[in-house]
Amino acid sequence: MQSLAQEVRAISFKEFEVMTQRNNDTTYIFNFWATWCGECVKELPNIEQINNTYLDKKVKVIFISLDFKKDLETRLKTFVANHHLKSEVYLLDDIDYNSWIDKVNKDWDGSIPATLIVNNSKNIRLFYRKEFTFAELEKIILPIIK
Amino acid sequence: MKSVKLILLSTMALFLMIAFKPGNAGYNVGDKAKDFKLKNVNGKMVSLADYKSAKGFIVVFTCNHCPFAKAYESRIMDLDKKYASQGFPVIAISSNDKDAVPEDAPDKMAARAKEKNYTFPYLFDESQDIAKTYGAAKTPHVFILTKKGADLKVEYIGAIDDNSDDATKVKTKYVENALTEIMAGKPVTTSTTKAIGCTIKWRS
Repeated sequence: MQSLAQEVRAISFKEFEVMTQRNNDTTYIFNFWATWCGECVKELPNIEQINNTYLDKKVKVIFISLDFKKDLETRLKTFVANHHLKSEVYLLDDIDYNSWIDKVNKDWDGSIPATLIVNNSKNIRLFYRKEFTFAELEKIILPIIK
Repeated sequence: MKSVKLILLSTMALFLMIAFKPGNAGYNVGDKAKDFKLKNVNGKMVSLADYKSAKGFIVVFTCNHCPFAKAYESRIMDLDKKYASQGFPVIAISSNDKDAVPEDAPDKMAARAKEKNYTFPYLFDESQDIAKTYGAAKTPHVFILTKKGADLKVEYIGAIDDNSDDATKVKTKYVENALTEIMAGKPVTTSTTKAIGCTIKWRS
């Protein structure tokens, strides 16, 4: 399921939307973050731990970085390597935030960390604008993946 | 019985959501804005009332450390150069908690303003009251105000433009478009956008 070699690439908002629309029973946890966001960096291991703890369950963490595109090769890739992130990481390359943040959640102001939890076969779409602890996130996803 | 309880609970939850909206509501476009008295980087106190001949203000909540504030810094400087002479000076305010972000402490603000030759005040909202009153949440976060007699009216709230990363690739200049309309006596077409940047660092 998970590859050790992490390949971080930039995606369009369209590509991100397609990822959120996968029609299967996997629960996807999309975590919006950036290397410049202190709270996000602090939260990152808690989110990653979901992947590591529930390897046998249909749950998948996907990190969506809002770093600037120019920081992809240097800053972001270095960060991902140094922190040994095993979950998939993408850089959302659409700087015109006002064109897409409403589509993620209409009440979102684009501030991070933020987390979108999706399970399309169960019709679940939850959005959180907060910094999660592992226990808090686990409490939300356990009833979905059990 | 169970469903009644559920309805009751969800009604309560709804009430709590309305009563305790996350963050602070702050101003909407059309609201009357409050003047303030904050300390500038040169040590002097600044109020909007000091600007007798201004027609309005471009109030920008910003800071030193945030990559978005840095990316927009020269654009904020350009706004003042272009619009101060037309009656709309920039008033920059940093509301970040200096203990949370030492780079945003007043002495660092002064150093930054001096290094970059800011032509506008760079005020420190130490109590964070002004950010809370206005409903500023990000850096940068712009509020365009116009003078209506003795009052100040909020005309625009949001982002400076649609490309924080690259000024040369901007398609829509929200703030400039709003100012053009305001100066022509027209209503502002796009009067609210979502400000994009770092969150203001509140005191815990």
